[in-house]
Amino acid sequence: MENPSVSIKHLDLEFGSVKVLKDLNLDIGQGEFLVLLGASGCGKSTLLNCIAGLLDVSDGQIFINDKNVTWEQPSERGIGMVFQSYALYPQMTVRGNLTFGLKNAKMPKDEIETRVKRAAEILQIEPLLQRKPAALSGGQRQRVAIGRALVRDVDVFLFDEPLSNLDAKLRADLRVELKVLHERLKNTMIYVTHDQIEAMTLADRIAIMKDGLIQQLDSPQEIYNRPVNKYVADFIGSPAMNFFEGEVADGKFINGDMSIDLSRYDFLDESVKSSAWFGIRPEHILVNEDAPFSTNAHVDIVEPMGSDTLVWTKINGIPFRFRMDGQASVATGDDLKIGFDPKRASLFDKTTELRL
Amino acid sequence: MADTSATNSETTTMVGPRGRKPKRALSPRNIMLYGTLIVIAMYYLLPLYVMVVTSLKGMPEIRLGNVFSPPVEITFEPWVKAWSEACTGLNCDGLSRGFWNSVRIMVPSVAISILIASVNGYALANWRFKGANIFFTILIFGAFIPYQVMIYPIVIILREMGLYTKLGGLVIVHTVFGMPILTLLFRNYFSSVPEELFKAARVDGAGFWGIYFRIMLPMSLPIFVVAIILQVTGIWNDFLFGVIYTKPENYPMTVQLNNIVNSVQGVKEYNVNMAATLLTGLVPLFVYFVSGKLFVRGIAAGAVKG
Repeated sequence: MENPSVSIKHLDLEFGSVKVLKDLNLDIGQGEFLVLLGASGCGKSTLLNCIAGLLDVSDGQIFINDKNVTWEQPSERGIGMVFQSYALYPQMTVRGNLTFGLKNAKMPKDEIETRVKRAAEILQIEPLLQRKPAALSGGQRQRVAIGRALVRDVDVFLFDEPLSNLDAKLRADLRVELKVLHERLKNTMIYVTHDQIEAMTLADRIAIMKDGLIQQLDSPQEIYNRPVNKYVADFIGSPAMNFFEGEVADGKFINGDMSIDLSRYDFLDESVKSSAWFGIRPEHILVNEDAPFSTNAHVDIVEPMGSDTLVWTKINGIPFRFRMDGQASVATGDDLKIGFDPKRASLFDKTTELRL
Repeated sequence: MADTSATNSETTTMVGPRGRKPKRALSPRNIMLYGTLIVIAMYYLLPLYVMVVTSLKGMPEIRLGNVFSPPVEITFEPWVKAWSEACTGLNCDGLSRGFWNSVRIMVPSVAISILIASVNGYALANWRFKGANIFFTILIFGAFIPYQVMIYPIVIILREMGLYTKLGGLVIVHTVFGMPILTLLFRNYFSSVPEELFKAARVDGAGFWGIYFRIMLPMSLPIFVVAIILQVTGIWNDFLFGVIYTKPENYPMTVQLNNIVNSVQGVKEYNVNMAATLLTGLVPLFVYFVSGKLFVRGIAAGAVKG
């Protein structure tokens, strides 16, 4: 990548004997919105803390705007950080919170004033400037926390699960606001979350992490449609992908007496012949329509969710779920014809779990 | 008012228990509870009552022997005598000397020990420097070593420093002995402050002292109150160190009180002794009354995440 905003080279981090990050390389472009996504304990927050300079790395380098900041203090790195618990200074007013960093940097008063004014205007918190954090709602607090990063006029914004403490509705609202903010500011943003909806909606690119390693770094569409391994395929998508165990041979996937024709599947390597996992997403199932592959299914359980309906069934004795329209009339005990297009499926090697 | 009448007529149709369950004031449970509390309160308050009453009586009245009877003729002379005339050895200027000695010992000891311990606790909780755990373990271990073991070594140390029998020496002793428990107190309190607050301040460019003074200190008033109460009462009530590390003209109030009450010559002036004891106990008593609420809040504050 040319002229990356943040560049991480061969980063290692160990806590005692536990290796949290292992030889991690990552380039983040100017103005890119990158989401670090993973289950808890995968090292995503640790990586963010390393970029912020709040943790000392064991080995490797971190560059921000082509400057090696590996040994720099957090305040000297040109980053702003927003935390899950907001981390507002409780004894200071909103204005005090916004100006704390600027005063530490010994900035002239009128400059501080203009910056606070601008940030307050962007985030619409002008009426709140004299209030203490305790007198603010969750959404307002998070806005002030973002403002604290904003006034410092930094190149890189770091978000550590900023929306996890908010209720579902507010989270959706602030998610959109964050997206608007990014469109407007065009800063580089690195965003840690375990919420795949946030990742899919906000990211230019998503880095899916597991055990301190980046599994896949790609656009949300690519990750959704062409996951590189079974972990990513299983992690992304809600409800999760359906998997069958079986054999790939002669352009067919065989599980017991079920055989799926794979002539429409985009193999990485056509000649492959091995034990494999076959994965298909619940939302890619066609019901009572003609499809390249179809079978009969007996409905076990129906979960109506309003916008759509989740139906549980069994194929060849393996639990299988698929999504139907919210208005679909389906009940437990119904028999349906379901099918899918193998082009939308994913195949993974049985042992390496890599995409075939 | 059609609405109200409608609801009224509806509520009248509800039968059986409704709303808050009525509680009897004189249930066996309450009698047991308040009875026990009253007995225990009496047990603690009776000696105090006897002391106050006796200190307000003249000696002839005391000789009658009615310990519990209130004074017939209230006199404040024992109080005046205890404060400014009672003799200990050659000095006959009463407890006032001991009081001012105690103040001169307590104020710097409390201030210095809390100042150092709060920085200790802050560093241990937030800046996990290398060896922090070992340092902390050693410090806490210090809290479990009996004082008696250290008395003589400290005498030698103070002598070598030229501070033996001086007030400054006693201040150092109190500061050192207050350190383990106070550091533990502050460390636990600062550990309960969300770590992200500390991280945010670092991103905002605040250093070790910046974070301590601008972020941590303003948030920790309750724990400072707790520490002040612990230290004020602890140091004020100290007898052992006072008697060992000072000389008669520097004796703190507790030591002087003992010398007044236990003096063997002449008549035992019970009223003066009672007044002297009450005077000595006044400072801790005052501190508890003024700060009781804050004390409880501070003790509880460590438990609840802020």
